[in-house]
This record gives sequence, C-alpha cells and structure tokens, in this order.
Amino acid sequence: MMAFYFGQLVEIFPFFLKGLWMTSKIAFISLVSCTLIGLVLGIFRSSNSIILRHLVGVYVAFVRGTPFVVQIFIIFFIFPEWGIQLEAFSAALLAMAIMGSAFICEIVAGGIAAIPKGQWEAAASSGLTNLQQLRLIVIPQAMKIILPPLVGQYVLLIKDTSVVSVIGVMDLTRVGWVTVVRIPEGLMVFTLVGALYFMISYPLILLSNYLERRMAV
Amino acid sequence: MLTDFNFRVIWEYMPLFLTGVRATAFIAAVSITLALITGIIACACRISGIKILKYPAIAYIELIRSTPLLVQIYFLYFGLPTLGVRVPELQTGILALMLNSGAYIAEIIRAGINSVDEGHIEAGISSGLNYVQRMRFIILPQALGVTIPPLLGQNIVLVKDSALLSLISVVELTRSGQTMTSERFMPAEAFLTVAFFYMCIYFCLKTFADWSQRKLIFREVY
Repeated sequence: MMAFYFGQLVEIFPFFLKGLWMTSKIAFISLVSCTLIGLVLGIFRSSNSIILRHLVGVYVAFVRGTPFVVQIFIIFFIFPEWGIQLEAFSAALLAMAIMGSAFICEIVAGGIAAIPKGQWEAAASSGLTNLQQLRLIVIPQAMKIILPPLVGQYVLLIKDTSVVSVIGVMDLTRVGWVTVVRIPEGLMVFTLVGALYFMISYPLILLSNYLERRMAV
Repeated sequence: MLTDFNFRVIWEYMPLFLTGVRATAFIAAVSITLALITGIIACACRISGIKILKYPAIAYIELIRSTPLLVQIYFLYFGLPTLGVRVPELQTGILALMLNSGAYIAEIIRAGINSVDEGHIEAGISSGLNYVQRMRFIILPQALGVTIPPLLGQNIVLVKDSALLSLISVVELTRSGQTMTSERFMPAEAFLTVAFFYMCIYFCLKTFADWSQRKLIFREVY
C-alpha cells in the first residue's frame, strides 16, 4: 500500500512545487515589505517624539500579544464588514506585513538603542542634521547588531507563512492538507512538506548562525 | 465600520470564551512543563560528547527549528493514525507543542551554558572538580541567570502557538472564536474578543518576565 501511495505522491509532485512557489512568493514579498516597514517603525520607535514612540509601542504590543492565526482571521473576516473585499492572497500578505514589521521594528529599535549617546552627540556637533546623524552614523553601526537577529526573524517569518493556509491560500502547507485527504499517508505527505520547508529555511538558519559568530567578534 | 458592534452576543458567549481561556492556560502550562523536560534532555544529549546521543539531538533540534509548527502539528495529527496510533486531538496538540518548544528550549539552555566564561571552567578543572561538579557548582548556577529571561519569552511564544491547535479542533480560546463565528456569523466580535483575552494573558506573562529580568533574582543568588 505504501508503495502505491508513494507512486501517487510522485505523480502529484508538481502540485507540491506549485505550493512551494506560492510559499516562496509570499515569503519574499512579505520579507521585503516587513523589512521596509519595520525599519521605518523602528526609527519612529526610537525617536524623541513621545506620541510617535507610544503609538508604535501600542501597535507592537497588539501584534506581539495576539497569535498570528487570530490576526489573520481578524483581517480576513473584518475587512469585508467594512466594505473592503480582500482576496485570500492579499489578506495573507497584509497580515504578514503587519505581523512581521512589528517584530522587525523591535529588533531595529533595539539596535539603535544600543548605540551610545555620544555617537549622536558627536554627529550633532559635527553639524549633521537629524536625518544625517541617523543615516550616516547610527544606522551603519546599528546594522551590526541588527543583522543576526534580523535573519533569525526571517526564518520565523518564512515558517509563519504556513499559517496563511488557514484562509485558503494554496501554499505548501495547504497543498499538504489537501493532498492528505486524497492520499491517506499523513507521515509521507507531511514529511515531504516538511522537507521542502527545510530546504528554504535551513540555509537561512546557517546564515544566521554564521552572522552571529562573525558579528560577535 | 464597527458601529453595530454587538456586546450583548459577546456577553452571551462569555462562558464559552472563559472555558477557552482556561483550556489555553491548561494546554500552555502542561506543554511548557513537558517542553522544559524535553529541552533539558535534548540539551544534555547535545552537549554530551557521546556521538550516539549528540547527533540525534542535533537532528531533532535542527529539524524542528527549520519546519513550521503548523506542519509539525499536521504531521502528528495525520501521521500518527497511519502508524496505527490513535490519540485524541488534545494529546496530539500537546505533543506537538512539547516537541516544538523543547527544541527551542534546548538551544536556550545551550546558549546559557556557552555564555559561561571559559576561565571559570578552567579554574574549576584546576581546583580538581570533576565534570559533574563543575556543571553543578560553576556552570549551571551562572547559566541559570542568563537562561531564565529567554525561557519566559519562550513561554509567551508557546501560549500564542497554542492557538494553532484550534486548527485540529482542540477546544481552546481561538476555537471558541471559531465556534461563535460559525453559530452567529459575527467574526468581528468573536475574534476581537479572542484577541482581547490573548492580550490579557500576554500582559500578565510579559509583566512577570520583565519583572524577573529587572530583578535578575536568579543571577544574584549565587
């Protein structure tokens, strides 16, 4: 029986590759958007304006305090009630962007906070404007602290894309879920799904370990 | 917008949500305890020099860390029956959470142990302490202080991860929201209430974690 199902699994393997492509697409788009939004929010979070800082703080607390599944459900079900029709795919991207940017924001803010006050003051007394201080002095130094946890966060985000399968996006997890109904070999199907995820995330884990070692010196 | 937000229905469903909160707390408490045990064992195997223990532990930790929790949950949920093992959803879910968090906890403990200064270990060796004594009197007391804050962080992550168990129809907080949605079709009310309860749990745990980090009680003990 195993061999029979294995043959079937090989037959529908292209279906899995499609899922892999969808997962990579979602992961790529959301990593880029999360990084950009997270960077801006992180700078806001470490700005001098109290209002801006606390606004971002509330946003981050809300995102970090609730599970990603619940956030997806809220976005997917509530927007239509406000009259905004969202496709599953765009709802997934929106949810990923909101969730990921909050986590990246904290990493960026942490990196900026780790730069000694003296660096800001030295930059200010050299006549640099606020934006220049940030861009030329603080961010380049903070990058060293930000990078290792950032790559670690990327791995978590890629894995979190599996959750968007609950609203019907045909990603790798969803493909596994649909397949297991037809091919009742749960171990085999989800080993395959797991192996494909492993292929994407393990290189990034190794990269994150490498960066951590290198930046620590 | 949410002008017709229906608090009456939320109130009506309050017993269901409270059951959900209790179930989530129960699942999280049981899983974190089991995960801690798994993590300690995995970490002990990982740092032991014995190859037959070390490599399986590495494989376990890396495999868990590089696949999504949802896939692990489905793997157990759909996979165990094919092996002829029939377990209820709740146990399957707790098993998945235990294995998942166990791998992360193993890495947290290992990082704590590695953070101990090389010189202290050398000093231990030259004082004539054996491996077990060095672990007990020098490494673990110092590692504990570094390990506690990330462990409490992992605890918070685990509570949020337990929401995924709703997808294999384990009765917990997120499931309560799904139940209410399917009975009344009021997803906004249902999931915002669910989110509110998660926030409450999060703030309790977060306050405790921050407090313990500020105190660093465990680091000062020794």
